[in-house]
Amino acid sequence: MNNNTNPLARKDTTAIVRAGLQRRYAAEKRFKWYGLTAISIALLAVVLLFADILIKGLPTFWQTDIRLEIDFAPQIIDPDGRRNPDDLSLADYSALWKKSLRQLFPEVESREELRSLYALISSGSSLQLRDRVMANPALIGVTQNVDLLADDTVDTFFKGGVDRELPEAQRPLKDDQIAWLDKLKAEGKMETRFNTGFFTNGDSREAEQAGIGGALVGSIFTLLITLSLSFPIGVAAAIYLEEFAPYNRWTDIIEVNINNLAAVPSIVFGLLGLAVFINFMHLPRSAPLVGGLVLALMNLPIMIIASRAALKSVPPSIREAALGMGASKLQMVAHHVLPLAMPGMLTGSILAMAHALGESAPLLMIGMIAFIVDIPTSPFKPATVLPVQIYLWSTLPERAFVQRTSAAIILLLLFLAVMNATAIILRKRLERRW
Amino acid sequence: MLPYLVLTLLLLSTIGYYLGRRRSLAMADGHIRNLHSLPSYYGFYTALWCGLPALLLFILWMALGSILITYLVVADLPPEMRSLPPERIDLLVSNIKNLVQGNIVSDTADPVMRAAADQYRRLQAIGNGALWLLVLALAIGGGAYAYRTIAPRLRARNLVERVIMVFLMVSSTIAILTTIGIVLSVLFESIRFFHAIPITHFLFGLQWSPQTAMRVDQVGASGAFGAVPLFTGTLLISFIAMVVAVPIGLLSALYLSEYAHHSFRSVAKPILEVLAGIPTVVYGFFAVLTVAPLIRDTGQWLGLDVASESALAAGLVMGIMIIPFVSSLSDDVINAVPQAMRDGSYALGATRSETIKLVILPAALPGIVGGILLAFSRAIGETMIVVMAAGLSANLTANPLKAVTTITVQIVTLLTGDQEFDSPKTLAAFALGLVLFVVTLTLNIIALHVVRKYREQYE
Amino acid sequence: MNTTATTINSATHQGTLIVAQAEAPLKTGPRVIDYNDRRTVGDITVPDPKMVCRDVNVYYGENHAIKTVSIDIGNRQVTSLIGPSGCGKSTFLRCLNRMNDTIPGCRVTGEITIDKENIYDKNLDVVQLRARVGMVFQKPNPFPKSIFENIAYGPHIHGLAANKRELGELVETCLIKAGLWEEVKDRLEEAGTGLSGGQQQRLCIARAISVNPEVILMDEPCSALDPIATARIEELMDELRENYAIVIVTHSMQQAARVSQRTAYFHLGDLIEVGDTEQIFTNPQHRLTEDYITGRFG
Repeated sequence: MNNNTNPLARKDTTAIVRAGLQRRYAAEKRFKWYGLTAISIALLAVVLLFADILIKGLPTFWQTDIRLEIDFAPQIIDPDGRRNPDDLSLADYSALWKKSLRQLFPEVESREELRSLYALISSGSSLQLRDRVMANPALIGVTQNVDLLADDTVDTFFKGGVDRELPEAQRPLKDDQIAWLDKLKAEGKMETRFNTGFFTNGDSREAEQAGIGGALVGSIFTLLITLSLSFPIGVAAAIYLEEFAPYNRWTDIIEVNINNLAAVPSIVFGLLGLAVFINFMHLPRSAPLVGGLVLALMNLPIMIIASRAALKSVPPSIREAALGMGASKLQMVAHHVLPLAMPGMLTGSILAMAHALGESAPLLMIGMIAFIVDIPTSPFKPATVLPVQIYLWSTLPERAFVQRTSAAIILLLLFLAVMNATAIILRKRLERRW
Repeated sequence: MLPYLVLTLLLLSTIGYYLGRRRSLAMADGHIRNLHSLPSYYGFYTALWCGLPALLLFILWMALGSILITYLVVADLPPEMRSLPPERIDLLVSNIKNLVQGNIVSDTADPVMRAAADQYRRLQAIGNGALWLLVLALAIGGGAYAYRTIAPRLRARNLVERVIMVFLMVSSTIAILTTIGIVLSVLFESIRFFHAIPITHFLFGLQWSPQTAMRVDQVGASGAFGAVPLFTGTLLISFIAMVVAVPIGLLSALYLSEYAHHSFRSVAKPILEVLAGIPTVVYGFFAVLTVAPLIRDTGQWLGLDVASESALAAGLVMGIMIIPFVSSLSDDVINAVPQAMRDGSYALGATRSETIKLVILPAALPGIVGGILLAFSRAIGETMIVVMAAGLSANLTANPLKAVTTITVQIVTLLTGDQEFDSPKTLAAFALGLVLFVVTLTLNIIALHVVRKYREQYE
Repeated sequence: MNTTATTINSATHQGTLIVAQAEAPLKTGPRVIDYNDRRTVGDITVPDPKMVCRDVNVYYGENHAIKTVSIDIGNRQVTSLIGPSGCGKSTFLRCLNRMNDTIPGCRVTGEITIDKENIYDKNLDVVQLRARVGMVFQKPNPFPKSIFENIAYGPHIHGLAANKRELGELVETCLIKAGLWEEVKDRLEEAGTGLSGGQQQRLCIARAISVNPEVILMDEPCSALDPIATARIEELMDELRENYAIVIVTHSMQQAARVSQRTAYFHLGDLIEVGDTEQIFTNPQHRLTEDYITGRFG
């Protein structure tokens, strides 16, 4: 132990260390700041995203109506007075509200002006009136106040989305239209109410009539099919791989395959669905059935991985106890292991469903982006789903559609939040710690 | 109609269960001891015989029925129609089907088509009727057979368990079948595409404009299917995304696991994970309506020429999407570095950042690299953000302010809308899908291998 | 022997008598002090203390892990801390270079000084403290780097080597001191994790002395090693004692007896007895100590 060979023995190490401290602590502080900045950026992105969508979307949940006194004149609706439903449904209901508007603004005469006056009311108002009459033919001959849907530009204007100071040419509403609206407003004929139509209507070219009802039903059908396929198959596959499968090349291949399948881009599953389900099996295009099948295949690896994790968390002692009592291996799984692993499997499947609910890319491939007005009545009918509806609306330039897109996003995120919260609660409540 | 058939089948099976159970008890004179298995197994045995064969037939018809009917209808078409090229026949068939569905198609006036549609409907009705009959007959026959074979010595439990085992095994192979299905479907269409367009042309060509190729109707010569601009566009956007996501994700993970106070961590981590749960279509919307205009305006203000569908906007938002992916993978990897490493470093008088930079990061490097590869593969395969925020023009550029297009964007564009299935244009989508699949699969296999090796190192 | 019971060591050390927390002097009487008395027996001081600990308490949240412990750490000698599992000896050891700071919820009160500087003083820098008080852990924990880089790490972060040549020299010196040089000199670029357990632990010792510490803390350094590797490390400790103050926590009483000059016996967070190793093992004063070293529990 010759100390002279130690270079440090010739130095005052304490002094050297002290000399370096300031520089090192500066570096330390800098690094900490980098981390803090990074996480702040990430958190800021979350806040911005949500704020942006909330601000854009919330107005959609209210809808502007224009109250008109409608004279359900028999000579327009039912000239021959037979109350035949076919005749009633074919009548020109637009004449009713147009007449009422003309009475309110008698000074408007020219064709040009009338057209811009009529533009204040949604074209869907005629349907609105028709449905009223069809539901209650006794209305014919009666004069009644009816709240009619305002056009989306009016709606936007009423919510403060149109700047009056802009030059007329750059505004969606002309000067005279604004004057009429001001008059209607002054007379208390315009009001905002909760927008139930947004939840119940199907898609429409007219923003004020477009709703997510159809997409919602489509999503439900699709998810039901996905769940009813991927849950049992996923659980069964997990049980086989975890409890029964021998360790050999084949199971090894399955294992690697499942892990890799979970990371395959979703659009590739869309291609699979297009080639197999539509072009080979000739299942109906755009149908939730095919969408559900594709999402089930996509979700299967996730389901299997989650279920296997749940099975793994059941301690082997339980298995040994059951086998020791003379249960068959399948009985051991069915009576003991599966019930204990079920909460974990349920949690996993809810999360997988949430994932499927937000998925859109593979559904584009199988034609679930058609413009569909009717609300689908079965999984075989053409439909779209919530995220695809969002995509469809996002391509439309009208401000009202931007708002509707945001509102649909709010709803979608709400669903996802509920599903994730359920999964978390379920996990907390039911999951056992061994 | 068909859902009712399934319900009927379920009902029959339930009845079969109770009958089988009762019979087994009757056979055993009420003493379960005399039976080989518990009575409920005899019930399941009967129910399975009743339901399973019928269900298999039903599924078979669901999968192949319409193919059969289509085949028969096509066979009945006038000979001049039958001699059309296959892609035209496909078009005819889809028109016939539209007629059957009651949808109005442009050329419905054709009486031949109407006849074919009627024929289709008639065959469908016959098929469905036959299906009902056969399924019910199979169900009742199967149930009756099982009912008759029930005896105290019958090893019902073993039989039932064997059926369940087969179901479990089949389930576990579906994942494999999916992979095979993906490979086959993408590969077959791609091979057909490569018959029309040489593969070298596709992989190394610098021009991508499938639209012109359609119109000129001479596909190979026009040089319109060179996918290089798509590859570079995909790489450019993914690269931007990684430039955003890797430092932010990694530093966030490091900060949260090494510096952050427990309470901050318990708030910030779930919020970060919220980013991972947001559907990509939402990011796309955010990119196209908020980020892209913002970047364009900023660019204008700086005097730069920014495309409204710039790669930067798409890449930036994609980066935000990938942040939680990178951070949670890094978090796993960082936490897998044993505390003893940290202790060893601290005990020598290292500061936290020195420990992180000189001990933890090098130790975690393989895992982090694996995570980054996985994230990169995800960026390449991401669809909605780029479909919404990136352009369609296939520019060969490295300028992030220009519009570029990606593989996924082109797949979506080529396959949405009304096209015949067999045109090179739609087949090109499958060739692109093949490239996407191969690239992401390779990245995943490498990444998973690296991560697994890394985990084993510390286990 | 029995007659000198109450005045152990008083002749050799100038320190106080047997009582440490000196409120009430222990009553003279039986040689063996009863189980229930948890005051420290023996002389806690040494003539040339490197570190001085007074009334040290450690809490993990609600758990009172170390209860008012006072002891001196002598220079150029090995002090061993022994006691049954969970008695707090490792916790106490980690107080000496403030490694407990890295454990959330851990609180230390009392006073610990090194060369009369309070190490828990706000103005004292923990980085600098750890450069002066090195530590070797129970399980060898070489960094996943090369052997050379493992040793060079400490000098590198503290900026101790002026140039490459000096760094190389330093690494060589440390490896020689740790008795590892001959075994690894041809493969300095290989991973430190590829060495055998005993070699890894010597690598860790070499790493600890690379920053020229004054005190080396060893937390059961041989518990993961086989007897031959253990013997090698013990030999090494004996050599290092010439230059450093060494504190070792050990489960093995034989090891304490072999390597240390002073021994402290901990029991459930209390320092029960402290004294010359020979005395502790041949003539324990406290019942608990006696029970432990005679193997009645442990």
